[in-house]
Order: sequence, then C-alpha cells, then structure tokens
Amino acid sequence: MPRFASKLAGEGSFYTAVVVLVLFAAFPFYWMLITTFKTDGDLYNLKSVPYWFNTAPTLEHIKYLFEDTLFVQWLSNSALIGLCVVAITLVVALPAGYSLARMPGRTAESLGIGIFLTYLVPPTLLFLPLSRVVSILGLQDSLWSLVVVYPTFTIPFCTWLLMGFFKSVPREIEEAAIVDGCTVVGAFVKTILPLSLPAILTVVIFAFTLTMQEFVYALTFISASDEKPVTLGVATDLIRGDIFYWGELMGAALIASVPVAIAYNLFLDRFISGITGGAVK
Amino acid sequence: MSAIAAAPRLTRRRLIWDRPEIVGPLLIAPAILYIVVLVGLPFLLALYYSVSAYNIFNPSYTFVGLRNFQDVLESEIFRRTLVNTLVFTIGAQVIGLLLGKIGAMLLMQEFPGRRIARALVVLPWAVPVSLATLAWLWMFDSLYSVINWTLAAAGLIDPANRPQWLGRQDLAMIAVTVVHAWRLFPFGVVIFLAGFTSVPKDVLDAATVDGAGFWRRNYQIILPMILPIVLIALIFGTVFTFTDLSVVYLLTKGGPINSTQVLGSLAFQVGILSGDVAHGAAICLFLFPFLLVAVIVLLRVLRRREN
Repeated sequence: MPRFASKLAGEGSFYTAVVVLVLFAAFPFYWMLITTFKTDGDLYNLKSVPYWFNTAPTLEHIKYLFEDTLFVQWLSNSALIGLCVVAITLVVALPAGYSLARMPGRTAESLGIGIFLTYLVPPTLLFLPLSRVVSILGLQDSLWSLVVVYPTFTIPFCTWLLMGFFKSVPREIEEAAIVDGCTVVGAFVKTILPLSLPAILTVVIFAFTLTMQEFVYALTFISASDEKPVTLGVATDLIRGDIFYWGELMGAALIASVPVAIAYNLFLDRFISGITGGAVK
Repeated sequence: MSAIAAAPRLTRRRLIWDRPEIVGPLLIAPAILYIVVLVGLPFLLALYYSVSAYNIFNPSYTFVGLRNFQDVLESEIFRRTLVNTLVFTIGAQVIGLLLGKIGAMLLMQEFPGRRIARALVVLPWAVPVSLATLAWLWMFDSLYSVINWTLAAAGLIDPANRPQWLGRQDLAMIAVTVVHAWRLFPFGVVIFLAGFTSVPKDVLDAATVDGAGFWRRNYQIILPMILPIVLIALIFGTVFTFTDLSVVYLLTKGGPINSTQVLGSLAFQVGILSGDVAHGAAICLFLFPFLLVAVIVLLRVLRRREN
C-alpha cells in the first residue's frame, strides 16, 4: 500500500510539473484567445475574475478588425511577401544545395558551412546599411524591399537543409540518367527533383514561416500603413488614441499566429535536424 | 550540311552542361552572389558608416577615424546598454536551458496527451516574436494586468498599489528577461528532447546495471553525449537574444530611463529615429566581436562532429 501511495504521489507531482510547464508556455495564447472574444465591459473591469467570460462572448472585435482596419491588407501583404521570398529561395537554394552536396573535396564543405553561417548574421547588424541599399533601389516604404532582403536569411538556411537532403540521395540515380544521355542539369531536374518533394515542401514551409517571423527589417524599411506585413501592422498601427484596443489587438495577433504555429509544429523535427546539422539521427 | 554544322555546336553546349567542374560553381553562383551583395557589401557599408560623419541630414562620407566608437564608449547610456544586453542574454539562456532540460525530461515520458503538451510548449518559439510580445504587453498592462490581478487575489500584493511591470526600472528588467526566456525555452526543450532520444538505451541500461544513479547517468553519460547539440542550441539562442530588439522595442522602448535599452534598440533609436547613422553603425558593430566568437565556437563544434 505505501508503495502504491508513493507511486501515486510521484505521478501527481509529474503531472503537476507538466501542467505548470504547459501553463507557462501557453497561457499568453489563452489570454489572446479570451481577450479577443470578450466585450469591452468585461475586459476593462477590475472586479470580475479575468480568466473566463463574465458576459457573453462577442465577435465585435473581430468584426472591427476585418471591417475598419487594414488587417486584411496586412495579411495579404504578408502572404505576397512570403510567396515571393519562397520562390526566390527555391530558385537559388535548390541548385546551390545540390551543387554543394555533389562537389568533391573540402572546399564544398567549407563553402556550405560558410553559407550556413550567414544565417547567424542578425538583422540588427545590417538594418542601417540595408535601409540605405533599399532607398538606393527606390524601394523604401514598399513591401518589395522585404522581398529583396528576406532571402538573405532564408537562402542560407534552406541551402543547408537541401544540401543535407541531397547528400542522402544516392549518386547512382543521376549517374544512370547521365548514362542515358541526360546532361548533369537535366539529370538533376528529371531524377533528383521529383525525389526531393518532401525536402522542397519543408523549405517552402520554413522560408515562409521565417519571413512571417521577421520584424526588424519591416520596422526599419516600411512606415506606410498599407505596405506593412501583418506582424508589423498589428504591432504598430492597431493602437488607437484611446486605450481600449486590446480586443482587436489580441484578435489580430491570434489570427496571424495560428497558421505559423501549426506549420512550425508539423515541421519541427526537420527544422531541428537542420539546425543541428543532422547530428540527431 | 546543316546537320554537320549543328553537331559541333551541340557538342559544345553539351560539353559545358556535362562538366561538373563548370556546372557546379555555376549552380552555386546565384546563392553566393545574393549573400555577397546583400550581406557582405552592407556589412562593409556599416563598417564605412561607423568611421564617417554620415547622418540623414548631412549624408557626407567625411572620414572621422574612430571618433564615433570613442563617443559611444564614453556615453553613459551605451555602457548601461551593453550591461543590459549581457544581463538579458545570460539570464534568458540560463532560465531557458534550465526549463528546457526540465521540460524535455518531462516530455520524454510516455503519458496521455503528450503530443498536445509538446505542441503547446513549442508555441512561444513558433509564433512570430512581435505578436507573442503583444500578449505580454497586455499581460503587463498598468491597470488591467492579469498577473497583478492574480497576485492581488492571492493576497501577495496590495491591490491599491499594483506593481508597474514596465514602468519601474527593476521590474522592467525582470519583465524583459522573462519574455526572452519564455521565447527561448521551447527551443531548449526541443533540442534536449532530440538529444535525449539520440542516446542509445543499452548504454543507459548498462550504466544502471553497473550502479550509476540518476545524477551520474545524467551528468557523466547523457550530458557529454548530447553536448554538441546543446552547444549549437546555446549558440543560436545566445545570438538570437543578444541581437534581438523586437521584445524591448514593443515592451518598453528601452525605458524607463534606458533601464532596458539593448544594443539593437539603441542602434535603432540613434541610427533610424534620430538619423545619426554613423553612431548607430558604431553601436551595431559592438555586436560583431561577440558574433565572431559565436561563429568560431559553432565551427569547432561542427568540425569536431564531422571527424
């Protein structure tokens, strides 16, 4: 019986620890969710318990967000930026990753690591000169500035991911195609690319989420409201004169976060093996 | 006739596309070009700004030597900023790694709802930083803070005298560190999880049979085996926290009275908002020696693993 009791106590403290951890991680998101659907009267009331609805939930904030703000515009800006960056990343990183995987010798390895290291170069180091470059290109206050700049961090990361993948594809496959009369590039396009769809999908998801998460370049380059991506617009433009804007703000943050969070969770393991360079098998 | 003329041309074209030593560099050239033009050159430009008198009102490239760096180092605000940046980074790493390790040990067990627990724990790191920080901004609200409500309901604080999380210097430091650690620890959890599962079970079983207890198994067997992965995580975590400006920008704008100012936010304020690009660039460049160390450590870890 004492053994049973101690086992029960052990399980109890285990689950308590899990619940505390999950609460710490996820409470801010619960807070976003409940704030979004609370009425203003309920939100700004110090007397009631804030953890749940004290008056019936409302869609008022969501409605305001979609009808009276630029939220939809920001969402579509983000989608446009994401799609263009994904396209640029694929066009540049696919051949680069393949070439690095097949190049003989240590140069390829050093080159690969060198490209990966540029992923560590933070926006904070480059935003001043890049804002100058952006204005030389005539792109200040335009979302196209982000389309040009974001590949600087998606290309290094995705080239690295793809290089790791292509290394795992046996050489014999494209060699057979070359014997059959294909060029090197033709063999790559006809035999390797179709095999790489899972890797390409991973790259698409990651390039997209990385651009969705960026804030510093957007903040630096864009001040025109209707050109902002959603992460920037929500953070800077939804705050109205009075202080009672939290319902809309949290609603916007929640809606923009959900797709990114889902994508991340689905592709998490690949991301980790990318960052650790395949140390984990 | 035409067939004969076409043949050599075809061969030449084929020759180029068939020679890996030409095609290889050709395929990688766009990536390198992109990085050189939009990372390499801007970095040189930053170096140049930092030794010039360039500002947006007077865009001259007059060479002033190291005067900007000297000005920056002499400024009280900058020294405070440097200390803040280090405190936030170290504080967030320590809390993040600790919680990450604990979290991974919990999530390694099989229990009902484990997948959902993992998905929820990963959220802070997955969601765009600016949006997640907004939730904290609301939770730290001066009047309607849910944290204060809870503390007051538990009788821990006086409801009439609620702490102003973002308005008092010491509390603002804590707030920013907590948000950084909160953003970072899921990354730690995931990395430790990946590490733990990579340790072969028979090694652990053998150690247990030989009499190794919980702590010995943890620190003499598991930790050395997963050290490379943990180091990589530490480097990424450190770089992301050290160079971040979004959390500070959204929560406190560096205030109150520069008590939460970090290198990134100060550079933004000086270089963009005040238009003093030269001094802003000098401030940014203080990130560089630190990044260099991170890169060297990372390289050593990667190389050692490959051998």
